[in-house]
Amino acid sequence: MLRFLIRRLIVALLVAATVLTLAFALTRLSGDLAISIAGPNATQQDVELVRKAYGLDRPLIVQFGSWVGRAAVGDFGESYFFKQRVASLIGERMPITVTLGLVGLAIALAISLPLGVLAAAQEGRLADRIVQGITLIGQAMPSFWLGLILMILFGIRLGWLPVSGTGSWQHFVMPGIVLAFTAVPALTRLTRSGMIQALSSDYIRTARAKGLSRLSILLKHALRNAAIPVVAIAAVQLGFMLGGSIVIESVFALHGVGFLAWESIGKNDFPVVQAVVLVLAVIYVGLTLAADLVNAVLDPRLRGQ
Amino acid sequence: MTDIAVVSVTTAGPRRGWRSLGTWLGAAVVGITLFAAIFGPWLAPHDPFTQDLTRRLLPPFWMDGTDPAHPFGTDQLGRDYLSRLIYGARISMLIGIAVTITSGVIGIVLGVIGGFAGGKVDDAVLFAITCRLSIPVVLVALAVVGLLGSSLTLLVLTLGLLLWDRFAVVARSTTMQVRNLDFVAAAWCAGCSRGYILAREVLPNIASHLAVVATLEIALAILLEAALSFLGLGVPPPLPSWGLMIAEAKEYMFFSPWVIMIPGVALFVLVFGINLLGDGLRDLLGTGERS
Repeated sequence: MLRFLIRRLIVALLVAATVLTLAFALTRLSGDLAISIAGPNATQQDVELVRKAYGLDRPLIVQFGSWVGRAAVGDFGESYFFKQRVASLIGERMPITVTLGLVGLAIALAISLPLGVLAAAQEGRLADRIVQGITLIGQAMPSFWLGLILMILFGIRLGWLPVSGTGSWQHFVMPGIVLAFTAVPALTRLTRSGMIQALSSDYIRTARAKGLSRLSILLKHALRNAAIPVVAIAAVQLGFMLGGSIVIESVFALHGVGFLAWESIGKNDFPVVQAVVLVLAVIYVGLTLAADLVNAVLDPRLRGQ
Repeated sequence: MTDIAVVSVTTAGPRRGWRSLGTWLGAAVVGITLFAAIFGPWLAPHDPFTQDLTRRLLPPFWMDGTDPAHPFGTDQLGRDYLSRLIYGARISMLIGIAVTITSGVIGIVLGVIGGFAGGKVDDAVLFAITCRLSIPVVLVALAVVGLLGSSLTLLVLTLGLLLWDRFAVVARSTTMQVRNLDFVAAAWCAGCSRGYILAREVLPNIASHLAVVATLEIALAILLEAALSFLGLGVPPPLPSWGLMIAEAKEYMFFSPWVIMIPGVALFVLVFGINLLGDGLRDLLGTGERS
């Protein structure tokens, strides 16, 4: 177990280091950062001033070293636009994105688990087909468009929910539903296939032979086994959802990390952009690591791999 | 969004009437869209770029006060909506296919090499896949386009470089299975070279799995392009991308919801159709079940 843990931890650290490098390279893509920061009306002198002020006159490798050294201790420099420490800026916005992600995941699980169980129990029959139809619809639905439709429907026509902003819990309902929609197809399919596999196993046959009720077999015996991979994947899905919430946050003007990143991209605020990429990636790596560990604890067969 | 597990999940169940109906429906949607994309200039009733500020936001044919010359109405600049929709199909199909070719080449090469070589090489490929999955796709694509300025080529390259993970995962796992089969062993014994075995024995046997992934990826790329264009960092205006049409019409959606319904429904139907076709392909090629 310890060897497995150390191995996974090393891989996670290597991935984080790679993403750190990529995030740095990303912002250097445009060539001369100083020109972009100084803006279109800047003179040559202004550009030189900016270059000095932001330390962009140093060799690339030195800049990289200083970014890595400071990022490792959570210092991402200062935002060019907000004139604030990037770390505190992200810290302020992160609760909103995490709340949205958790709300979305909760809704997604509340929809996917029953649908997946139903489809597996009715495999090949009408209910199964309807569930598969729902997952196909979910896969094809553009999230930003669904958001706009919900806005028209619940925000304007019915007037039940606020259209945009962050003020209260009601502000998270529509974005949460839209975000959940992006995860429902994958989670439902996984639950369904896990349940089908569980239902065809020997211990279910034994349970049937004992004369247990169908419902008890389904929920007590099969679901418990099928739920393990689903819970693990749910953690990974949360990582995807946090990364993908940028679109939904922009639609609903929800001032989370995604919205911050979108604003910063528009304003050429590079320290913020590279920090958000890094933070979201590290959260994803952490979540997958956690999912791996949970899986390994629950299912000893996986530890050897 | 994307998920590794999705590909290996069985959707199967025996092939029945309704499934093949779905496949035909998907094929019809994709066929019509491809037709519109290829013959757009001849099909479109108007030029999609010509503005006419005296005829702004004309409603589509099922509403009151329409103009027969503009069956789907006009947008906020008086451009014919049907023509923009048809040209938008070009953008969607072009990006979907070009991105999938780019990401397919990267993912298949990595996956086949990793799956065939095994050992350290495979570890490296797995590591690359893990790194790729930890990168937030939408955010990085937005950042790249935001930094370098939006253009079609850049968009295709960016998405192509970001969406190869599923190809790599599937190519790797299927290659691993094929590698150990008897006919590959026979080819080794017959003295065939590694390149010959890869090209003539392995690739043809994993091609059907890759075809299914390709349909999924085309659909994903089309959705991503629309999302990026919607956020203003995808296809540059005045090109008529469906995502961009929704973004430009957003201000008017509360009074005339059809401005976002028309391009949105087009997007949904196309992606739905591609996915239906993909599912049908999966059944047809028998790639659903994999142990």
